[in-house]
Amino acid sequence: MKELARKRDEDLIIKGRGLTTEYFRRDDEGNVESIDTALDHIDISIIKGRFIGIIGHNGCGKSTLAKNINALITPSEGSLTVCGMDVYDEESRMKIRSMAGMVFQNPDNQIVSSIVEEDCAFGPENLGIPSQEIRERVDRALSSVGMFEKRRNSPEHLSGGQKQRVAVAGVLSMEPECIIFDESTAMLDPEGRQDVLNLAHELNEKKGVTVLWITHYMEELTGADHIFVMDNGRIVMEGAPREIFARDEELVQHGLTLPGITLLSRLLKENGIPLRGVSLSVDELYEELMALW
Amino acid sequence: MFRNITLGQYYPAESVLHVLDPRVKLFGALVWIISIFLMDGLFSFLLATGFLMFLIIISKVPFSFMVRGLRSIMIIVIIASVFNIFFTPGNTLVEAGPLKITDKGIINAVLMAIRMFYLIIGTSLMTLTTTPNNLTDGLSRSLSPLEKLRVPVTDIAMMMTIALRFIPILIEETNKIMKAQMARGADFEHGGLIKKAKNMVPLLVPLFVSAFRRANDLALAMEARCYSSGKKRTKLNPLKYARRDAIAYIIILLFLAGLILMKIFL
Repeated sequence: MKELARKRDEDLIIKGRGLTTEYFRRDDEGNVESIDTALDHIDISIIKGRFIGIIGHNGCGKSTLAKNINALITPSEGSLTVCGMDVYDEESRMKIRSMAGMVFQNPDNQIVSSIVEEDCAFGPENLGIPSQEIRERVDRALSSVGMFEKRRNSPEHLSGGQKQRVAVAGVLSMEPECIIFDESTAMLDPEGRQDVLNLAHELNEKKGVTVLWITHYMEELTGADHIFVMDNGRIVMEGAPREIFARDEELVQHGLTLPGITLLSRLLKENGIPLRGVSLSVDELYEELMALW
Repeated sequence: MFRNITLGQYYPAESVLHVLDPRVKLFGALVWIISIFLMDGLFSFLLATGFLMFLIIISKVPFSFMVRGLRSIMIIVIIASVFNIFFTPGNTLVEAGPLKITDKGIINAVLMAIRMFYLIIGTSLMTLTTTPNNLTDGLSRSLSPLEKLRVPVTDIAMMMTIALRFIPILIEETNKIMKAQMARGADFEHGGLIKKAKNMVPLLVPLFVSAFRRANDLALAMEARCYSSGKKRTKLNPLKYARRDAIAYIIILLFLAGLILMKIFL
C-alpha cells in the first residue's frame, strides 16, 4: 500500500474508491424484495503494466468487479476511473471498453464470426476503423497470439485453448492498455489453461499490457506481481504472491487452498526441513532443497 | 440428424464464379428465377440450358455434387408432374375412368419438372460458389438502400452472421442432450407422430435454456467489444467491384435481354 501511495495518479490504470454494486431482486410488482451487495465499498488501485491476480471463491464479486472495470455495468456507489476515464460518463464508455478488453470464460460464447480473422476484426469494425488499418491490426493481433496460420479457419475446428487465443486476439485488435481475463481458463483442459496463462504473461512482458487475471485457482497466480483476494464483495487481502501464500490459514478461511507446491514446501518446513520461506514453483523448491543438500 | 443437407452448401474451388462479387451472384440468381418464368419456347429453353451448362462448367463444381441436392426435392417434382399429367385439358391420349392423360398434360409435366430442376440447380450454383459469410455481406450490401426505410439491415446481417456461427454449435448440443436423455431412458425413435412430438419435450427444454444462456453470454461479450446496434460499422474485407464483375453483369443482362426478345418475337 505504501508503494501505491507514493505512485502518482497517472501511473494508475484503474482507480476505484468506495466502489459498490448492488443487484436488486424485485417481486412481480417491481418492488424491491432484497438487495444483493456484490461489491461492498471497494478501494482498488492498479498500476499500469502489472500482472494483477484477483482471486476468490464463486460469488465473491470478482466478475462483478471485472464488469465494472469494462463499463458493462455502472457502479451503484463510489468512483471508478479506467485509463483516466470516468465510468459514469456515457460518452467514454465505448472508449473504456476498447481500452480495457475482456476475455470471458466460455470460448464458444464469445466468438462472433465463423471465420477466425473476421471475429478478430469485430472490435475494430465496431469502432469504425478504416478497412486498411483493421487488416494491419488483425494480422498483428493474430501473429502475437500465434494464430496467424489459422486466420481463414472456422473456430469450430480449434481446441479450447486456441479458441481463447482467438478471443485474446479479438481484444488485442482494439489495442487495449489492459486485458481482463475473467476466469478464461475455467473451461479448458490443463494444457490449454497453461497455454492461455503463458500468453497472458507474454503479452504483459513484451507489450506492456496490464493484465487482470481473475481466477479461483491459486496456482495460476504464482507469477503475478500483485494479488487481491476477494470474499463477500470485499477485498480481504492484498500483496505479492509470496506474502499472500504465507498466510495460508487466512486463505482457507476465505475458501481458498494453497497451490500444491507451496503446500508441499510448507509441510516440509513444518516437519523440520529448514527452508527459507514458501516456494512458488517446482524449480524454486528444487533449488532450495539442493542448497540444503 | 442434419447431416444430409446439401442445399445451400459451399463447395470450395478456384473458379471465376467463386471470386465473383456476391452481389453479382445474387443478382444473377434473381435474373435466373425470372428467366425460368420467361422461357416457354424451344429456343428459349435451349438458350437457358446453354447458359446453365456454361455456368456449371466454369464453376468447377462436380455435376454429381449438384445433383445430390436435387434428391430432396424429387418428391415435390413428382407430385407436381403427376397433377399436370392428369389435370391439364387437351387432346386425350389415354383414358382410365375419371383420369385422362392429354398431350398438353405430358408437355406441361415435362416443362414443370425441367423448370424446377433448373431453379434448384441455378440457385444452388450461387450457394455452392459463395461462402455463407460472403453471401451475408452481399445481401446486406444489396439491401442497404432499405436502410433509408428504417429497415435495420446491418443488424439483420449481424444476426445472420451469428446464426451461421451458432448453428453447428447448437446441432452438436442437440446431439449431446439427446444422448444424455437417452441415457436417462428417453425414447426418440418409437411411437406415432404425436408421441414422437411429445418425446421431443425433454430435448427442446434444455436446448432452449442453453440457447438463451449462450445468447446472454454472447450479448455481453459483444458489448464488451464495443458493439452497439444501429451504429455504423466498417468492414475488414469490404466488397469491391472488379472488372470481371462488370463483365458478369453484362453477360447476365444479355441473357435476360435474349430471353425477353425470344418471348416477344418467337
